[in-house]
Amino acid sequence: MIFLKTDEEIELLRISNQIVAKTLAEVAKHIAPGVSTSRLDKIAEEFIRDNGAVPGFLGYGGFPKSLCTSLNDQVVHGIPSEDIILREGDIISVDCGAYKNGFHGDSAYTFPVGEVKPEIMQLLRTTKESLFLAIEQAVEGKRMGDIGNAVQSHCEARGYSVVREMIGHGVGRNLHESPEVPNYGRKGNGIMLKTGMTLAIEPMINMGKRQLVFEKDGWTTRTIDRMPSAHFEHSVAVRRGKADILSTFEYIEEVLGNKAV
Amino acid sequence: MAKQTAIEQDGTIIEALSNAMFRVELENGHVITAHISGKMRMHYIKILPGDKVKVEMSPYDLSKGRISFRYK
Repeated sequence: MIFLKTDEEIELLRISNQIVAKTLAEVAKHIAPGVSTSRLDKIAEEFIRDNGAVPGFLGYGGFPKSLCTSLNDQVVHGIPSEDIILREGDIISVDCGAYKNGFHGDSAYTFPVGEVKPEIMQLLRTTKESLFLAIEQAVEGKRMGDIGNAVQSHCEARGYSVVREMIGHGVGRNLHESPEVPNYGRKGNGIMLKTGMTLAIEPMINMGKRQLVFEKDGWTTRTIDRMPSAHFEHSVAVRRGKADILSTFEYIEEVLGNKAV
Repeated sequence: MAKQTAIEQDGTIIEALSNAMFRVELENGHVITAHISGKMRMHYIKILPGDKVKVEMSPYDLSKGRISFRYK
């Protein structure tokens, strides 16, 4: 069942997503070599609660923390821990959710830690470009396959691979809603997009093979060949003519300055 | 947070239908109709109710699947 949101509901979603964007910016300030991922988790949880929201991931399906922090070869759903310390040259995908006024916000950004190899920067840049290409397709009258195809064709043309096991999703009163938003597909396939749908579009792009391994903790997924993986996510509302991006990377990029992807 | 898809899952055959179609109960409790892959038909791999099989699915249609492997 796909819930079409009214304009008022979309504004509430925007509030939640703005909190997420600001939280990610707060986290960005603290990303440096030597910081543990659980410290980032604490910063994020405090920031979300200070803004009158609740961490959207905490307890979702049994997830123990408020952030997903996935380093290097981890694709998504990495659990923050005291033992995981950031090192120079790492990339870390930070995925954050906030719940306020009955609606979930969901957004993610992959940060480089210190100086990163140019080919990894290229992976991050390509992933981010593919996200915005996908958002261009999220307009009324297009189909779900158009979104997937935008990501897939952009990334595969550059020799990267698209993760199949993990996909984007509808977002609203629940963190995961219908419809499913795969990052691959054929043009003109899948369901028709309508005004009022709110989607979390999140390309997860691997440098090597697309296959994943599920770690024993039940959450963390990493690439099978241990090559790095990048992940960017925006929540968008489908509109006529142009998609409405509910979350934003503006605050993050203000903090990162010229280090932004 | 990314959602996990139902791309490849294990299931149990509950009923044989016509035209090499089967009703399969997945591990998560969902019941779908699935057909045998052409490769399995070519090699005359027989499937009976109660067999454990691997099912491929597309995220676009969660009510249908394709049986790609029969466990011993």
